[in-house]
Amino acid sequence: MNTWIAIAATALGCYAVKLAGLLVPAGLLERPLVRRFAALLPVALLAALTAQQTFADGHALVLDARAAGLAAAVVALLLRAPFLLVVAAAVVVTAGVRALGG
Amino acid sequence: MAEQTALTDRRADGGGRPDAAVVRDALGVGIAVGLSGFAFGVTSAGSGLSVWQTCALSLLVFTGASQFALVGALATGGNPLTAAAGAFFLGVRNAFYGLRLSQSLALPRAVRPFAAQWVIDETAAVSLAQPGRRAARIGFGVTGLTLYVLWNLTTLLGALGAEAIGDTDAWGLDAAGPAVFLALLAPMLKTTAERAVAGLAVLLGLGLLPVLPAGVPVLMAALAAPVVLYLEGRRRAGRAAGRVHTGEEER
Repeated sequence: MNTWIAIAATALGCYAVKLAGLLVPAGLLERPLVRRFAALLPVALLAALTAQQTFADGHALVLDARAAGLAAAVVALLLRAPFLLVVAAAVVVTAGVRALGG
Repeated sequence: MAEQTALTDRRADGGGRPDAAVVRDALGVGIAVGLSGFAFGVTSAGSGLSVWQTCALSLLVFTGASQFALVGALATGGNPLTAAAGAFFLGVRNAFYGLRLSQSLALPRAVRPFAAQWVIDETAAVSLAQPGRRAARIGFGVTGLTLYVLWNLTTLLGALGAEAIGDTDAWGLDAAGPAVFLALLAPMLKTTAERAVAGLAVLLGLGLLPVLPAGVPVLMAALAAPVVLYLEGRRRAGRAAGRVHTGEEER
């Protein structure tokens, strides 16, 4: 039930901001500071999420196969690999390290 | 005569591109990203959500980063509303796409509530890259439709696949989420300010993890954005004041 509550809240919230963008008069969001903040907010969230989902295990910080997978994703990104390949590299390397007992 | 109308049409449209070229662009993005719904389906079902819940997320939320964020937060056993808040803040960027799209697409008011669901990274990228209204509309519509259909189809396949696989971690699929975030983040790290925000967010997110309830550290990490923005503003103001008062040269 809790999961459904989270799904409903996220769906409503995400749809509301999409619609708001199409409906509000431009002047409201066109202020430079607001635009700058809107550009930096996803950077902060994505960076924190990447770090947490790589190094967190519940409330503990751990270094495991996922770190190797993320390193592979970094290499793929530096080589300008397409999106799907970046994700695949992380998955394959993580699985490989685990199979080797990492 | 027909040529004359065609010319006028194109001029009214601000140059325009052949429809086929726009459709090709749109299909390329739509298919490539649409297929990654499979990674979401697997991740979501592997985190303990049911197939129904996983499909509901793709159908109703339909913005990849927020979906992955919610599933990750729920997997750590966080409060459902804290988890939803993190996903919501990630979705806020779509409002700014909507703002620019509403100018380039000029949709009738009645259509906007239906078009809104497709206002995401990919449709904005394809649509805003087009010259002229017609091309922008085709780009938005084709990307949106392709992506919506494929993303939901592959979500279902991924969720069913995860149930068949059983232990998704053994297959390294828990690395799919962070890799998706990193792939979205990489093109954003252009300037020092963005890198500073990312670095500070990582420190906050990891540093607060052991001491705060699940899901809260990510929201705290979001504070990196206003902090860096504030410091940036102060430095600029300081530099300006320095130049005015002492005539000091910029270093």
